[in-house]
Amino acid sequence: MLEFFLSFLILTGAIFTFIGSLGLVRLKDMYTRLHGPTKATTLGVGSLLIASAIYFSAQGPSISLHEFLITIFLLITAPVSAHLLAKTALHLNLTSLAEKPEKDAIDQGGPDEVDTAEETEKADTTDTAVKPEAAEALQAPDQTKS
Amino acid sequence: MLAISIQIALALVTAAVAMSFWRLLRGPDAPDRILALDTLYINTIAILVLFGIHLGSALFFEAALLIALMGFIGTVALCKYLLRGDIIE
Amino acid sequence: MTRLLPHPVLTPVLAVIWLLLNNSIEPGQILLGLALSWAIPVLTIRFWPEAVSIQKPFALVRYTIILFYDIIMANFTVARLILGNPDKLKPSFVKLPLDLTSDLAISLLANSITLTPGTLSAQLSDDHSYLLVHALNETDPETLVANIKQRYEKPLKEIFESC
Repeated sequence: MLEFFLSFLILTGAIFTFIGSLGLVRLKDMYTRLHGPTKATTLGVGSLLIASAIYFSAQGPSISLHEFLITIFLLITAPVSAHLLAKTALHLNLTSLAEKPEKDAIDQGGPDEVDTAEETEKADTTDTAVKPEAAEALQAPDQTKS
Repeated sequence: MLAISIQIALALVTAAVAMSFWRLLRGPDAPDRILALDTLYINTIAILVLFGIHLGSALFFEAALLIALMGFIGTVALCKYLLRGDIIE
Repeated sequence: MTRLLPHPVLTPVLAVIWLLLNNSIEPGQILLGLALSWAIPVLTIRFWPEAVSIQKPFALVRYTIILFYDIIMANFTVARLILGNPDKLKPSFVKLPLDLTSDLAISLLANSITLTPGTLSAQLSDDHSYLLVHALNETDPETLVANIKQRYEKPLKEIFESC
């Protein structure tokens, strides 16, 4: 009975892992491809890990729960890496099957924009830092003259 | 029965590794390749766990945990590099 | 109290992680785990400026159960979509206006969206006012937004922001 249940978990996990990677090959654009690995693969590997936990609990001298650590870790990190990848893809303006949102929605500055923004800021501050002095220097002779 | 299902599962996961490797070589843009790497490390965890059950050894757990940690950090670092052109700001 | 135990939620979580890592519940490990999970938040207090406060623990448990159910359902949905004809998919970007304000709640919402059927959080706007969601196969954006709001955002708001 236990063996049957374990086999079921292992096969389900392997099939979902397979489907997740199949999505990586079959789907057409970057954004849809992101869906496969983040969902199917996470559950697939999760159920493999749970099978491993049950197997070692049944075999070993004491219960073994540390596989759940990897499961929880994967459940937390998979969405984060998917979010970052989607953000990167949007930032690099990759082609998408879906209609992409207008540029206002993606108001995160890219490396170029950030750099130029910082540079202009720096330039502004230096300008404003220089300008008063220059203004004073210009005004000072006037004042002494007057 | 368990032995047979582990064999089948190993075959399926190996096929998954091959497919993500194909995407890694083929992938038109850098994010596709990062996604392929991400999938690759999750598949590697699956293979390690299956081997652990197959050989009856709990020693593979540490390797799987390390791959999970390092793979996530690698993905985040690569994405940050593409997003900002710099990893540590 | 706040200086001695700055993060009442973080400490038990760290202790449980320590016990899972060691895979044992010997008294020595429990003591060591408790000591470490007390010391680490105190020593690294500068990295955690805001303490997490859970207003309704039972709502959190309920939310977790619903989320796990949805994750399993999500896998079947996505598996069906991947095995089906990829040319028939209609992916789209949907803007989700946010009512949540705290960073933790927003990141939990984004993670939940990514793990549940056919949706993926793609970007958070600079002013944290809306989230860009990519849907794998969506024909009606309004139902999607209403569904997410009702199913995930409302409980999260209750759990973390009902002050």
